[in-house]
Formats: sequence, structure tokens, C-alpha cells
Amino acid sequence: MTSKLRNYHAAVWDEPIIMEMGAINRRGFIPPIAEPGIASSTIDERNLVPNSLRREDRLELPELSEFEVLRHYEHLAQQTLGMMGISLFGTCTMKYNPRVNERLAMSPYMSEIHPYQNEATLQGIFEIYSRLDHILQELSGMEKFTFQPGGGAGAAYTHMCMTRAYHASRGELSQRDEIITTLLSHPSNPATAAAAGFKVITLPLEEDGYPSVDALRGAVSSRTAALIMNNPDDIGIYNPHVKEWVDIVHEAGGLCFYDHANFNGVMTRIRAADLGFDACMFMLHKTFGSPKSGSGGPAVGAYGCSEKLRPFLPGPLVEKNENGEFTLFDSEPLSIGRVREFWGNAPVVMRAYSWARAMGSQRIREAADLSVLANNYMEKRLLQIPGISKGFPALTKYRLEMTRYSLGQLTDDTGVSAIDIQNRLTDFGIDAFWLSHEPWFIPEPFTPEAGELWSLEDLDYWIDALAFVCNEAYSNPEIVKTSPHNQVIHRMKGVGLDDPRVWATTWRSYKKKNKEISHAELQ
Amino acid sequence: MEFASHQNAHPYMANSTAAAKKIMMDVIGIKDVEELFEQIPSDNRFPGEFHLDEPLESEVQLHRHMSDLLHRNSSCSENLNFLGAGVWQHYVPAVVDVIVSRSEFLTPVWGTSSSDQGRTQVWFEFQSQLGALLDMDFVGLPVYSYGAAAGYAIKMAARMTGRNQVLIPASLDPERRAVIQTYCGAEELNGYIDIVEVAFMPQTGQLDLNDLDKKMSNKVAAVYFENPGYLGQFESQSAEIARIARAQDAETIVGVDPLSLGAIAPPSSYGADIVVGTIQTLGVHMNAGGGVAGFIATRDEERYALQYPTLQVSVTDTVVPGERAFGLTLFSQSSYGSREHGNDWTGNGVYLWAIASSVYMALLGPTGFREIGMDILRRSHYAAKRIASIPGLTVNWPAGFFKEFVVNFDGVTVELEEIDKRLLENGIFGGKILTNDFPQLGKAALYCVTEIHTQSDIDRLVSTLERVTK
Repeated sequence: MTSKLRNYHAAVWDEPIIMEMGAINRRGFIPPIAEPGIASSTIDERNLVPNSLRREDRLELPELSEFEVLRHYEHLAQQTLGMMGISLFGTCTMKYNPRVNERLAMSPYMSEIHPYQNEATLQGIFEIYSRLDHILQELSGMEKFTFQPGGGAGAAYTHMCMTRAYHASRGELSQRDEIITTLLSHPSNPATAAAAGFKVITLPLEEDGYPSVDALRGAVSSRTAALIMNNPDDIGIYNPHVKEWVDIVHEAGGLCFYDHANFNGVMTRIRAADLGFDACMFMLHKTFGSPKSGSGGPAVGAYGCSEKLRPFLPGPLVEKNENGEFTLFDSEPLSIGRVREFWGNAPVVMRAYSWARAMGSQRIREAADLSVLANNYMEKRLLQIPGISKGFPALTKYRLEMTRYSLGQLTDDTGVSAIDIQNRLTDFGIDAFWLSHEPWFIPEPFTPEAGELWSLEDLDYWIDALAFVCNEAYSNPEIVKTSPHNQVIHRMKGVGLDDPRVWATTWRSYKKKNKEISHAELQ
Repeated sequence: MEFASHQNAHPYMANSTAAAKKIMMDVIGIKDVEELFEQIPSDNRFPGEFHLDEPLESEVQLHRHMSDLLHRNSSCSENLNFLGAGVWQHYVPAVVDVIVSRSEFLTPVWGTSSSDQGRTQVWFEFQSQLGALLDMDFVGLPVYSYGAAAGYAIKMAARMTGRNQVLIPASLDPERRAVIQTYCGAEELNGYIDIVEVAFMPQTGQLDLNDLDKKMSNKVAAVYFENPGYLGQFESQSAEIARIARAQDAETIVGVDPLSLGAIAPPSSYGADIVVGTIQTLGVHMNAGGGVAGFIATRDEERYALQYPTLQVSVTDTVVPGERAFGLTLFSQSSYGSREHGNDWTGNGVYLWAIASSVYMALLGPTGFREIGMDILRRSHYAAKRIASIPGLTVNWPAGFFKEFVVNFDGVTVELEEIDKRLLENGIFGGKILTNDFPQLGKAALYCVTEIHTQSDIDRLVSTLERVTK
């Protein structure tokens, strides 16, 4: 089953930074030229801008022709591996992003829509919102979804704001100032809690791979505002006591929020509301087939809640009125207001609805099955590679859609790290794998997630390449440690990235600093 | 076999064939895929049926269904749109759409600095170009929206100064204000920031400096204002406002539309410490409001840099002397790096729009920015002047605005909603009605005119307004 490793090399254009390119007075775009009527009737040109705000200096931007701009960014696109290989980036559920949705997103009926248009002109997008809301309600058991949060972290933040508003409405907020989460929750969960003004209690993992019920009991009190947890976690372990957890937190008067970042493996098998949760979150740019855009969004963290929390949802929400028309409803007195302007990344909502319609409930279940099947298939093969073990090896039950592995043994034997392996794999056209969120409690971690997209041949190629590279680590560690060799550039050294004398987030800063210091003195 | 209901493979799932499933099950050593879910207790499982519509597995049928839905919208493409107020209709050059559709940028996740070098370079170029427009040396990767950027910046100022009050103009966009409010927290909890409004002058739309003086104190972390403001006006007293803030050791935060900065002085020139704003105007479609996107920029000083909640990339080196790379700087102060101990929180943002904006700024260059700024000024002023000539209509502040201006309808008897309805019947989306949010402005609406509006578009608006306001 050993694949022939590809003789791959990344495109290397040695592309300059755009700030260094072009020539004086070259043009890439010409704004409209004023029609005679406008030019002649306008008030005095000199009065268009207040004296105190007139800009006289010439912008220090490059000047390029239209083609040169196109070619520059196309070169940079080619200098980006960008899922053109095989990306098993765990925790992010790499899916196919159907291009029919990209075509639809480019339609003026989607892209050239203003959110303040008369509602009669927005019925199409409102219906899409309403239909996706219904689908997510079915999949979660929740009562209502908002699509305003701009990503998973945005949804976590929304929950913190909802928690504030809920306890404030009961006069208990000053007393309830603690959020409980687990060590394996996404960093944005404790971060949004702290940013919203709460204290954070992080429960450590115990031998079963999750915190114990006793630990939770010890943490809850009359100060508990909410629990925020994911299940399964990033190592593929499902906390079977989740219903008891929810009961414990509810008894203490706290709310329970289900971060469904790892929904892919459990789609259609469990529903957040049935487990007792008050709210949950789905990432439409992940589980529902919308693109990730270099992991930077635009994205949507669809936030759904029970009837109890519904009055606190941010507005406006799409509802149906008595005439059967869709309308924006925005007058709930207890609403938290806004977590972002307007009603969310509408094209992402549209793509997610389209994806769900292309799938239907049985195919969604099949996708879950395939992702868990593929993960366990990979595990069988990966654990045969010398130097690799899995996190919590004593836990032998089948993992769900992800397993976190450790290269700790390989590192001890060879000095080659997980980052070295990650870099070396890119030499064979394999996208960087995910290591682990902070904190790293499994030595030299990596977390592949196969999902339902990648074919058996892709999975085998990925495993075979990893086996090859791990073998290299034992036979020729230098080639791994000095990798990549077939990439756009060599390994980043990153000297002084956190040094104010060196860091430069803009070209102007870079030029100034490189006049002032020489790199030699920093070594 | 439990997969039997599906004879066909699905186009999105390579392994949805019986053969692939069998191979995987054989290797694992299971007879039934259900065995793999042994971790989930039976009382956790959903026993019911799902009530979802039948799937549309054929792209032909899916495309038809989706197109039919979308065509129930009317767009600003086949209508004449004068709505702005937080998301604005500008022309998006074709090259921008081509680049943001590239698979390498559209679909992946992080990658490494070596293998995904091109995308990371574009991020650096975005920061650099925006830095040039703003005359600022430190720029972060984009955040969710203008309002989010303002909220983050206010919290940066609060952390820097140890103070918990922010002054904002009473003329602020209520939508943006609501986002800022969310970021400023709850009184009962840590980190709460008290928002205090400063009045604006009815004669000019600009900040009332007497009121600012009255509210300014050593409790104030920051004074926040915008150029242009929500109601369209430039703040010509900007330098004075920054001076008043500085006198109390408060930070000056200024929100801008960077598209204006070829013609308008950047906030750094009048004393801004932190600059925020939108990048939606730099090559991002309105997307029903989903196009919103924000940024944060400052001087390159540790005092500011160490407070950024965002991720940002820096030029750096590789193991090969002379070779350039781009890497995250100050990662450990983000919530990705330090969980609840990081600055504020960050997550998935709108980084694809950093790429759109970078391409847009590259296309325009210094001359393009100068010209488009002047062109918008000319068109909007032409429109304001023509509208003001309609009997019964006035423009509140006929000079000193960029692309938006307040039209007052107090002199006509027809209600604003009725006027909008009649405009719509003529294929025109009238300006945003301000009556609910700013009752002191009377029967008023905020009109937006940009480079997309031709003279005949504006003339058509004027003649239609004349007819429908009678």
C-alpha cells in the first residue's frame, strides 16, 4: 500500500514585495472622469475639503499596470500551497467548498445587496436565512439561530454577552462572575469569557481524557455563570457524562454552552438541546462547507439557543410575519444588541444552506460516518509507524473524527520535532498538519482530521509520506531538521519577531528599522 | 450494510462508495460503522427523525433552486442605490474578484511560512499599503468590522491608561455604537468601560467642543471620533479634539474611511494615536452587510504594539541569509497564544478581505486614490446641491462631507416611508431614514453618492424626488 511519493516542488517566483514594484505614473485603475455637468456645476474644487484636512503629500504606494497587479497576486497565489495538496488540518474540518456556491456568491443578487434595502427586495436572502435556521434547529434541537457572529470565537463571545444579559436580567450578574471550561476548549472560549469580564476556571484533564464529574462539582458554586465545553474534544474523546455535567451546572444556576467545533463526527447522532444545553454554536465555514479563506474568514459562528435565552439574542433576526412575508425583527427589550454590524456574513449563510441542501440529512449522517471511519482507518496505519503514539494510549475505544498523536518518542530518539516533520511533509505537497492549540500537554503533538472529503488514495499518500519522513528522521535526521527543501522559501528563522527593534508589520516600518540597526548586532 | 440506502457516491465525498467503506472497515476490523461510535452513551443519542427537505444532489437542480431564491432579491445592480450608513456601494474591480476567488487563497487554513508564503506576503502587503494610506507604521490583520475595531481600540486605550471611560460623538452610527457597547462590557463585571456621549452642533454636524471640555477628565481613557462621521461630515476640529484629549493624557482614537485618504489628511497628521475604520470600501462587495470589515493601526511603539488583540505578520528571515519570510509577530499576546491571559480575544476574522483590499490598493496607487477621493467629493457635492434645489428639501450641512449627507424633508408633507416607497417603484433605493435614531434632525435621511453614480443617475434621482415629494 506504499504510494509513490510525488516529485513535487512549489512554485518559486521570488516575487518582490509590492511596495518595491512598479514605476512612476503607471496606472492599474482609472476612476470615473466627471461628466461635463458635474465638472462645471460643482462648488469650487478648493472648498470640497476643509483646509485643516487637505492631503498634500503623495501616497507612498506602488504604481503598477492592471496586468502587473493581476500577475503579482497570481504569483503569490501560486506561492501558496493552500490546500492544493492534501490538508488534514485537524480541528478545522477541511471540506470541499462547492464552487457552485462561489458562483452564486458572485451574483449581484447576493454581492450587490444592501442590508437597509426595503424588506420586499430582500425576501430571497431572508428565506435562505429562515431555511438554514430551520435546518440547524433540526440538527441541534435549539429554538432559534443568529448568524451575526463572524466566526467561532465570535459565537463564543456572543454566548458570554448572552450570559451577562441573562444573569443581569435576574439581578445576579455581580454574583455570577465565573465561567467554567476545560483545558481542551478552544483558546477563544476562555479568552472571550475574560474579555467579557468573567473569571475563568479551567478544569484539567484526568485519566479518562476529560475532567471528572467531581472536578466539575468542585468548581461550580453560586458564582457560576456558565459552562462552555466542546464534546468530543480535539483528541477525539467524547465525555459520556455530559448530561450529568449539564445538570450539575444547571442546579448551580449556570448556563451551558456547547461549542460544536467538533460537530463533524457526531452530526445527526446527538443534539445539543436534547443533552440539556441552553445554547450551541456551529461553524458554517467548517462543518457546513463554506470556505475558510486562509483560516481568516469571512466566516459565521451560527449561534443557536433555547426558548429561555431567545429574548437575549442579538438583533435583528429574520422572522415571518402574519402575511407570510419575511421581516427583520429587532425590538426585543432584553436583546444584547449587536456583536457585529448588520445580520452576518450573508454569503456564508447562503453557501451553508446550499451545502446542507446538496447533502440532506442522510448524506450528513454519511459524512459523519465517513469522517469517523477515515480517522480510525488512519489510526490503524499511523500507529504502525515507529516513533508515533496516540494521546491517552490507554483509552482504547474508537476515537471520533480526530485523534491527537504524539511524536514524542521519535523526538527522543532522533531530535526531530513535530514542526520538523510538518515542514518536511510540505516537501511532498502535503499541507501543514495541525499540531495542537495551547497548552501542549501531549509531547510533540499532531492532529490529523480526515473528514469526508479526502479519498482513500489521498489518505494513504498522506500516511505513506509521513512514514517515509519518520523513517528519514531515524536514518537522516538532518534532512528533516533542515526542511523544507522543495518549498517557496526555506524554514523561517524568525529572529527578533517579538523584538520592537526588529518587528515590522509595514514596509515603512521595515525600511526605518533597517536603517537604524544591522541584523548582525542582534545575533 | 447500513449504507445501502445510498447507491450513488456523492460528489463532495470521495469515499462514499461501497468499496472504499469496505476497505476501511476491513482494516479497522469492524462489521458495522456503528461500532465506531461506542463512546457515545445510548441515552445521549438522538432517536428521532430529521425533517429536512429532500436533498438536491444534482448541481443542476441545486443551482436552479438557489438561483430562484436569490432572484427573489432585488439588487443595487439593477436598481439605483443611495444607501450607505455603514456599508457602502463602491466599484469592485474585476481583478479583485479574480484574486479572491483563487483556490489557494479561498479554501485553505493556515499552512506554514514556507509553504503558504504567498498568502502571508499578501497579508504583509495589506498591512504595508494600509500603513502608507494612514501614515501609520504598525497595522494588524483585519477584524470583524469597523465597530469591532473601534471596540477593540477603546479597550486597548483602557488597558494602557488604566481608565474606564470613553467619549464618543452623539452622532455615531447606532449600529456601530451597539457593537462598541457590547465590547465595553457590563457594569457588574471586570473591564467595564463607561460610554459617554459628546453632543454635536446642529449647525455643522461636528463635535461640540464645549461639551467635550465639560466631559473631559482624567477618568477618560480615550476620545473617539470619526472622519468622516456617520452623518457624512468631516471633523474639521480634529486637531483641537486630539489636543484636548492629550491634555488629560487620554488617547485619541479616530475612525476613517481609507478610501478618502488620497484626498483627505490621515488621522496621524492631526494627532490620532489609534486609527480604526472599515476596509469594506477597498474592494469588498456589500454582501447584504456581510462585507463589513475593520482594521486597527497605530504608531510603531511598544506602548501600542503590546496591546493589539489581533494577529499580524512581520518581515523576518529564514535559515538562508538574505532570504525574506513573513511570520506572526507578538503571537503570544493574542488569545491563541495565551488563552484568557491574552489581550482581549481573536478568532477567525475577515482575512480574505485583506487580500481584496491589497489588490484594490495596488490597482489604485497614489494617483487612483487621489482621483477617486476627488471624484466622490465632486459627485456627492453635485448631488447634494441638486437635491437642495428641490422645493421643500434642504441639505443640513451642504459642505464639508465626503460621500454622505443628510437631506431634510421637513418642507414637504409626504412621509419619508411613502417617499421611499415611491422611489422604489421607480427603481431607486432612497437614503437611510434617520428619524428614529436622530429625532432632533427632523424628517431626515442619509444619502450616499459614490464613484458608481453617473451624472444621469443623480439627475434621475433628483427628478424622481421632485415628483414623489409633491
